Amino acid sequence: MSYILIIGAKSDIAKATAREYAKQGYDLYLAARNSDELKEFADDVTVRTQRVVNLVELDILDYKNHQEFYDKLNEKPLGVISAIGYLGDQKKAQTDFTEVKQIMDTNYTGVVSLFNIIANDFEKRKSGFIVGISSVAGDRGRKSNYIYGSAKAALTAYLSGLRNRLYDTQVHVMTVKPGFVATKMTEGMDLPEKLTAQPEEVAEDIYNAQQKGKNVLYTKWMWRWVMLIIRNIPEFQFKKMDI
Amino acid sequence: MSLMSWGMYPKIKNTVFKFDKKKTLRKIINEHDKLIPYGNGRSYGDSALSSNIIHARPKDYFIDFNEETGLLHVQTGVLLSEILESFVPRGWFLKVTPGTKLITVGGAIASDIHGKNHHVEGCFSECIKEFKIMLADGEVVTCSKEATPNLFKATCGGQGLTGIILDAKIYLKKINSQYIDQTTIKTKNLKETFEAFEEYQDKPYSVAWIDCLAKGDKIGKCLLMVGDFRDDGKLDYKVKKQKNIPFNFPSFTLNNWSVRVFNWLYYGKVKQSISKQTVDIDTFFYPLDAIGRWNHIYGKNGFTQYQFILPKETSYEGLEEILTTISKSGKGSFLAVLKLYGKANDNYLSFPMEGYSLALDFKIEKGLFDLLDKLDEIVVKYKGRIYLAKDVRVSKEVFEKGYPQIETFRQYRKENKMDIKFQSLQSKRVGI
Repeated sequence: MSYILIIGAKSDIAKATAREYAKQGYDLYLAARNSDELKEFADDVTVRTQRVVNLVELDILDYKNHQEFYDKLNEKPLGVISAIGYLGDQKKAQTDFTEVKQIMDTNYTGVVSLFNIIANDFEKRKSGFIVGISSVAGDRGRKSNYIYGSAKAALTAYLSGLRNRLYDTQVHVMTVKPGFVATKMTEGMDLPEKLTAQPEEVAEDIYNAQQKGKNVLYTKWMWRWVMLIIRNIPEFQFKKMDI
Repeated sequence: MSLMSWGMYPKIKNTVFKFDKKKTLRKIINEHDKLIPYGNGRSYGDSALSSNIIHARPKDYFIDFNEETGLLHVQTGVLLSEILESFVPRGWFLKVTPGTKLITVGGAIASDIHGKNHHVEGCFSECIKEFKIMLADGEVVTCSKEATPNLFKATCGGQGLTGIILDAKIYLKKINSQYIDQTTIKTKNLKETFEAFEEYQDKPYSVAWIDCLAKGDKIGKCLLMVGDFRDDGKLDYKVKKQKNIPFNFPSFTLNNWSVRVFNWLYYGKVKQSISKQTVDIDTFFYPLDAIGRWNHIYGKNGFTQYQFILPKETSYEGLEEILTTISKSGKGSFLAVLKLYGKANDNYLSFPMEGYSLALDFKIEKGLFDLLDKLDEIVVKYKGRIYLAKDVRVSKEVFEKGYPQIETFRQYRKENKMDIKFQSLQSKRVGI
């Protein structure tokens, strides 16, 4: 059997991705904090697809236990997908450093800690894939969410470097940059319909792009062009803008 | 964001509540009135519209499946399409399915939907073992035909007016192919159409497309399609990607002439009077699901479907009169679907009865409701009834005459304090 490890498995994108991979015939490790809360979801995937779904406990901020977490996986996964994301509260983070730490550690440090361990194993085995869900918010800092954005920018840079390092070993690293996605994270926000993806669309995009060995995936696809424009606005202009 | 129904008419503002746990739902029910559950928004009219909407679609977990008995346990928001995607490759199909697979299980119960095999398998309620429902007082009851017959009869077909369905256990049926052997019979008039329906009654699936704009002695000419599953073991069912209608078509696209041309092409495509085809599940059962957002072809003002059924004794006369009236009005209906139904069930508000039903789509425009009022009169005259899942405008008077158990339903709602808690625009209009 071939297992996929999904970390941050409680998020809506993770759940949709889990369903997609199970539908395509993979078994799953779903890792999250209080993973027993995913029991009903695991049953859902199993009834739908007849695949094996194992729930595993993981606290992404508990770095010292990451090695043990990975060692304890009986059968090592074929690939890992991180859907970890913490948007946080930008306003709060401007005055409260614990919020900054939370955003940085969750989106960046924690993922790096675990990915390093997995990358080393995949490198040795000369196989596997690593998918990190970053964000378009990491492409350019904006006043509305630049703490989150800078953590995602760091993750994007990390994944780019990791891809470079593992190129010779056939281990594929993919960076996913979702734009707006209709999830719990964005609930209550007024998102433009045409630019907003459903988690299922993101999951399908991830699966297809990963199978094709793409390096960077924007989802929905038009975000590649939206961000190209946004990245190219001159700074003297950008700093005055309200976007 | 406010939710609309499939007909995109009327457009009203509403507050949308989502719930994760029973506790959350109970709180919503305790604190608000005029609530109505909303599934995937595929009922055409205002049966799932209210100022307060409970969005049930996100509750989409599969819970259990028994390979021996075919009993499937799912949450209320699971789509029929999701069931097919998982279970057709394993040799299972829905016992009863409507002409779209993009509806929730909760919605299928609330409309007690039926399909091309009504004359054999009856309504959706026939395949239900039990379901859980949260009532007006926040209590959760396990409802089945045997244990709680009144609640069952009120809820199946009750348009969400008895409570919020949480999950359901339904029986699937065994199939050994994802292909259907279809026979298409081309008829020249209503008399031939009726004869063909009678002749092919032993076929488990049947439906006819009527050319509504035919005049004179051609009135009622149709393509009758009947079929049954093959037995070739081919179960490699894959969901095809939808093509989307990207925007609202200008509302003049569907004028009388374009519909006329469409009907002519559709009818003209079939050369022989009897022909045979092998088609897959999606082509046979869900032809319109291939086009996403097809409701947008009627333009931004929206559309409605007028579906009525007449008892068998009066069907011929009644249909002749109705088709003549529509033909004279010149108002185009893209889809006119005719079907012979089997016996009615006991549910208070279920639509089917033994007889013929016709469903027609109309875009919302000036003069339409006058025409539909005229059709109502004919339906009442011939002792027929209107389907609530499609309706957006029928009057209380016309509605009541079609449903003999209406008072039982009203009384049941009142006794259980459902009448204040659960309301839709439709329930207020027709007084249920």
